[in-house]
Amino acid sequence: MPIQHYIFLSLALFAIGIMGVLMRRNAIIVFMCIELMLNAVNLLMVAFSKMWGSSDAQIFVFFIMVVAAAEVAVGLAIIVMMYRKVHSVDINILNRLKH
Amino acid sequence: MSLHEILFWFLSAMAIGCALGVILSRNPVKSVLFLIATFFAISGHYVLMNAQFLAIVNIIVYAGAIMVLFLFVIMLMNLNADAEPQKSRLVQFAAVLSGGALFLVIIAAFTKAGLNVEGEINSAGELGLIKNLGMALFHDYVVPFEVSSVLFLSAMIGAMVIGKKEDAPVVHS
Repeated sequence: MPIQHYIFLSLALFAIGIMGVLMRRNAIIVFMCIELMLNAVNLLMVAFSKMWGSSDAQIFVFFIMVVAAAEVAVGLAIIVMMYRKVHSVDINILNRLKH
Repeated sequence: MSLHEILFWFLSAMAIGCALGVILSRNPVKSVLFLIATFFAISGHYVLMNAQFLAIVNIIVYAGAIMVLFLFVIMLMNLNADAEPQKSRLVQFAAVLSGGALFLVIIAAFTKAGLNVEGEINSAGELGLIKNLGMALFHDYVVPFEVSSVLFLSAMIGAMVIGKKEDAPVVHS
C-alpha cells in the first residue's frame, strides 16, 4: 500500500478526535477522544517505521502506549475526584478559573 | 484488488466509522464500545503491516485495560443514561468546521508542498516481530524502559492519592 493512504487514514482519525474534543461536554468522552488522537499518531508512526525499515518508531509507539496508560490512570482519578465534588462530569461547570 | 487491499479498505472504513460513532453516540457506554471497535481496527492495521507485537500490545493495553477502566468509571458514576447536556448547535458546527479545516490544511500541505513523501508499505520483513523489538528495546532503549517503570509507579501512587477520600480524619502528632 502507498504511504499516502495511511497518512490520510490517521489524519482522518486525528481530525475526528479533535472534533470530539471540541464538540462534547462529557469529560470522559473528551478523554476518550484524546486516546483516539494518540492512536492515530501511533498508526502513522508504525506506517513510517515500515516504510523506512527501522524499528525505532515501533519502540516509540510502545512508549507512547506506556505514557497513555499512566495518563489514563491519573486522568480518570481526577475525573472521579471532580465527580465527587460537583456531582457532574460536565466540563462547562469547570469554568471557575474564569471568574 | 488483492486480499491485502480489501482488508485495508475494510479496516479503514471500520476505524473511521467507529470513530464517528464515538463522537456521535449519545450514550457514553456506546461510545466506549465504539472506541474498542476502533482499537481493534487499528490492531488489524498493525497486523496488516506485520507489526504483530504492537497489535497484541494494542489489544491488551488499550482494548483490554484502558477501556475497562473507562467502562468501570462510567458504571461507577451511573452515567449510562442519555442525560448529557449538549453544546449549542453553533459550537458543534464550529467544532466540525475546525476539525475539517485542519484535515484539509494538512492534506493540502502534504500534496502541494512537494515534500515528496513517497513509499510503499511492504508487509514483508520481520521488523515488527517480538524478537527484533525486544533486542532493540533491551539494547538501545534500556534507560527509557526503566524510566517508564518509575513513571508507572508514580502514576499509580498519584492516582491513589488523588482518588482518596478527603474527609478521613487527620492525625496530628
